[in-house]
Amino acid sequence: MTATSVAARPAVAAPRTARPRRRSRLGPIGRVLAIIVIALYCLAPFYWMIVSSLRRTSDIFDNSLLPTTWSLESYAQVFSGSSNFGRALLNSLIVATTTTTLALALGIFAAYAISRLNFRFKSAILAIVIATSMFPGISVVVPLLRLFSDIGWINTYQAMIVPSLSFAIPLAVWNLTTFMKQLPYDLEEAAMIDGATKWQAFRKILLPLAAPGVFTTAILTFIHSWNEFIIALSMVNDPAVQTATVAISKFTGASEFEAPYGQQMAAGVIVTIPLVIVILFFQRRIVEGLTSGATK
Amino acid sequence: MRQGRQKRRLIVGAALLATATMSLTACASGSGSTGGGSTPAATEELSGRGPITYVSSPDASGAAQTSVDAWNAEHPDEQVTWVELPLDADQQRQQMVQNAQIKGDAYTVLNLDVVWTSEFAANRWIVPLPEDALPTDELIPATVDAATYADQLFAAPYYTDGALLYSRTDLLTAAGVTEAPETWADLQAACDKVLALPEAAGMSCYAGQFDKNEGLTVNFSEAVASAGGSLFTEDGQPDVDTPEALTALEFLVDGFDSGMIPQDAITFQEEQGRQAFQEGKLVFLRNWPYIFNALSKTDGSSAVAGKFGVSPIPGEDGPGVSTLGGRNIAISSFAENKATALEFIQFFTGQEQEESRLELSSRAPVYGSFFEDEAVVAKYPYLPTLLSSLENAAPRPKVVQYGETTAAIQDEVYSAISGDKSPEDALADLQASLEEIVG
Amino acid sequence: MTAAPIVPTLKTPRGRSTTPNEGRTASLLLSPTFLVLALVILYPLLSAVYQSLFSAESGLDEQGFVVEGDVFVGLRNYLDIFAGSESGRFYNALWNTSFFTFVSVALETVIGVAFAVAMNRAFRGRGFLRAAVLVPWAIPTAVSGLLWRWVFQSNGIVNTLTGTQVLWTAEGFASQVAVITAEVWKTAPFIGLLVLAGMQIIPEEVYEAAKLDGANAWKQFWSITLPMVRPALLVAVLFRMLDSLRMFDLPFVLIGPRKESVETLSILAWESSNQLEYGTASAFSIILLLYVAAIAFVFIKLLGADVVGSGAERKQRKARPAAAKGVSR
Repeated sequence: MTATSVAARPAVAAPRTARPRRRSRLGPIGRVLAIIVIALYCLAPFYWMIVSSLRRTSDIFDNSLLPTTWSLESYAQVFSGSSNFGRALLNSLIVATTTTTLALALGIFAAYAISRLNFRFKSAILAIVIATSMFPGISVVVPLLRLFSDIGWINTYQAMIVPSLSFAIPLAVWNLTTFMKQLPYDLEEAAMIDGATKWQAFRKILLPLAAPGVFTTAILTFIHSWNEFIIALSMVNDPAVQTATVAISKFTGASEFEAPYGQQMAAGVIVTIPLVIVILFFQRRIVEGLTSGATK
Repeated sequence: MRQGRQKRRLIVGAALLATATMSLTACASGSGSTGGGSTPAATEELSGRGPITYVSSPDASGAAQTSVDAWNAEHPDEQVTWVELPLDADQQRQQMVQNAQIKGDAYTVLNLDVVWTSEFAANRWIVPLPEDALPTDELIPATVDAATYADQLFAAPYYTDGALLYSRTDLLTAAGVTEAPETWADLQAACDKVLALPEAAGMSCYAGQFDKNEGLTVNFSEAVASAGGSLFTEDGQPDVDTPEALTALEFLVDGFDSGMIPQDAITFQEEQGRQAFQEGKLVFLRNWPYIFNALSKTDGSSAVAGKFGVSPIPGEDGPGVSTLGGRNIAISSFAENKATALEFIQFFTGQEQEESRLELSSRAPVYGSFFEDEAVVAKYPYLPTLLSSLENAAPRPKVVQYGETTAAIQDEVYSAISGDKSPEDALADLQASLEEIVG
Repeated sequence: MTAAPIVPTLKTPRGRSTTPNEGRTASLLLSPTFLVLALVILYPLLSAVYQSLFSAESGLDEQGFVVEGDVFVGLRNYLDIFAGSESGRFYNALWNTSFFTFVSVALETVIGVAFAVAMNRAFRGRGFLRAAVLVPWAIPTAVSGLLWRWVFQSNGIVNTLTGTQVLWTAEGFASQVAVITAEVWKTAPFIGLLVLAGMQIIPEEVYEAAKLDGANAWKQFWSITLPMVRPALLVAVLFRMLDSLRMFDLPFVLIGPRKESVETLSILAWESSNQLEYGTASAFSIILLLYVAAIAFVFIKLLGADVVGSGAERKQRKARPAAAKGVSR
């Protein structure tokens, strides 16, 4: 293998998933131990959540490691009554998907501009973008509520999507800029010398290389937007448009003092497990899709 | 994100005997413009008919929904849409205040905690109701008072709530105690006897709600009132640096010191106390009527089913004084179709609907007659005790800055019961901060 | 063969001079971002700045109704925060905010990097591990706050398992530990995922070369992995800091409002606004904004000059020799 950049291209650009992974140098026991510790740390509280969701309302505070009496009562309650949790899940999906797509689109453009084009004030632009992540969320609600009621956005999806972008865009811009800066420019340059347009160089070479960064940003912004609460609560009062987190806040026990703990835990399980499965599933598909351009 | 905080703002019965605000003339340095200007006493005509919204906390019992459905069946052109707010009381208030700030017309009829009523009325976020709007002489007087501000009725009482003392009657009987304790000394004496029993090993005597939360304000003011004091003088000035308040605070502080109140009760809100009592860890518990059903469950979840009783809370020299909880229904100032709203309120809080809701919901009605109805009492055996508790409750306070007042009370009382301050210092500091808030 | 194939590829378009054409393309590509951000942030920000100069001096008229009217007070709201009678509370909240941020972000960084290292290895069950790491971040904050509250309550599972009677949700150091535990658990995956993405673009050749030179796993980590994921790690830490400095939900749900040992600046802002003191609430928000901005500025200046602006090549040059050195030794 020669040490020229052209020769290095396929090696760098090939999708990592297709290559044999680096083997761990840790002893097998140490490795297994480390993985068990990490999984336990992440999952133990989640286990408690699942167990709690499977108890009866009346013995919800038990500390036994398995429910003394198993019950799906909490799950039934989540989907019964006025909350229409299925609809709320769909709304969350719409809001989070749109937010993520928009943030990625805008973020990729902006990151490309900052990392690949020559112009002034780059630092200032990055500073302004991140500064928007610094204002406390609770202070944004009332002005936005006033603004959105003036323009008739109450009870609309965009009233939830646009504010969510204020977290998603800075993360996308910063993360993708870092990524693209780190990726070698020579490959694109070589492609353009071979006659590719800037767009083609971007689409076929840079984007596939940046796939891990794009995908991670997508996961993080998707979940962040999926979990947003106070804006979604304030901008929407129509149950047909409300999101899952808002629906969860409206669960109630038999009286207003009684925390609907089992229902909340059940709802937590319901929103978390499919989310994780879907993300892992899409991870393969999206990374493959993005990298397919490079291998052609 | 705060569903867990089952806060409830409560009218602080006798304790906050405050007409604090009345003595205040505008101290606004004169530079502010006088909002609304003219005489607020003149009830403006409530006009406009059409669809409205009912903005309320969620109701799992479905009782309120049946009332709304009944109205909608009869009024096809004046439909009521239920706008459900989160379970957390702070969040409910926050949403309603936000709506008032932007003068939004999305909210028509508001379901207000009794302690928000003064604040909403004083800010003119809700409109006064016509004098003859409600059959006020059939309602429990304390509830009407809690819906009145500046001598005007601003809301219709919806349901009410008060304190009960839950006792382990089985253990009391075994220890030879036949009467429910009327005074704190009785309470201590009964505990001494019960805790000497072998079957009471590991139990504690008494708990209430002592976490830094609305519950602490409630428990402290009940204690002060039950010691014969009050937190405000008749003309609304704070008056907490008193022997009565000291007796009350020492009852709590000494309770923690002596172990009469278990150490972990300092983290108790309503549910944690319920849980401890239900697991058989407490002889006595101050709580609301809502836990009665959970304690009576015979599915194995309650260790005390059939072994407990209720009585009015005890005091220093005799029966104690409860606070008043519950909810009021009012009309937002910024809404349209106020005439429909008024009619809906009359329908919703009318005796007929209150009665039909009793089938589904254990929330205490505001009509005194139900408390003597045999069929109703058979279903909710604690109601007569609750009524005497409510009748004992003194006139309601009119604190506009309720949020700041209750925060100050919680701060100082919590420092005292957690041992950071002596009771004397805590009360002196509380007096100072209340003077600042009111004055 | 060393990392040589990579080094020559590290040219970026920096070297060339600015062309007006590219400037136009750039502004075209950047303008949608700025449009959205202006809509969502600029208006609330200006409105907060304006509001913070006023105070609702509302008293009550003779009938007991609130006399409305905001009074212009200039910077008095700020002065009151810094030097008024309640200033102790402000400094306490400032300390809590900084303490929580420092401790939890430090822990998250260590744990997050460990996650990333583990996830980046090939082994059976890697998919399961990734799912496990995603879970804490994926649970809605509203629900996980409650979960932790019950886990930490006086007769909750933590006290049962450890056989102690610690009052985690009361006050003091125990409550700070509870908040930090929950915060680190929830957000370490954030850092883990971003760092993992950074690791995935490290070319295999670098490691191959290092292995040939006999570098052990630990050495590879310090001399290759860490320098090369540095930009990604810095961005992750930066965003975690910004978020953590605005921490609100966890202390509020887990421990409660007005608890001295866990009160943060965001909670103070919320509390003022809850008591209808919008001027003070806005002033708190502005102060918090400036504080966050200052911390971010110092952080970038000290550690991440290469993240912003023109530092890209410099970082690469720094990373490479380090890698090469580590490898050749």
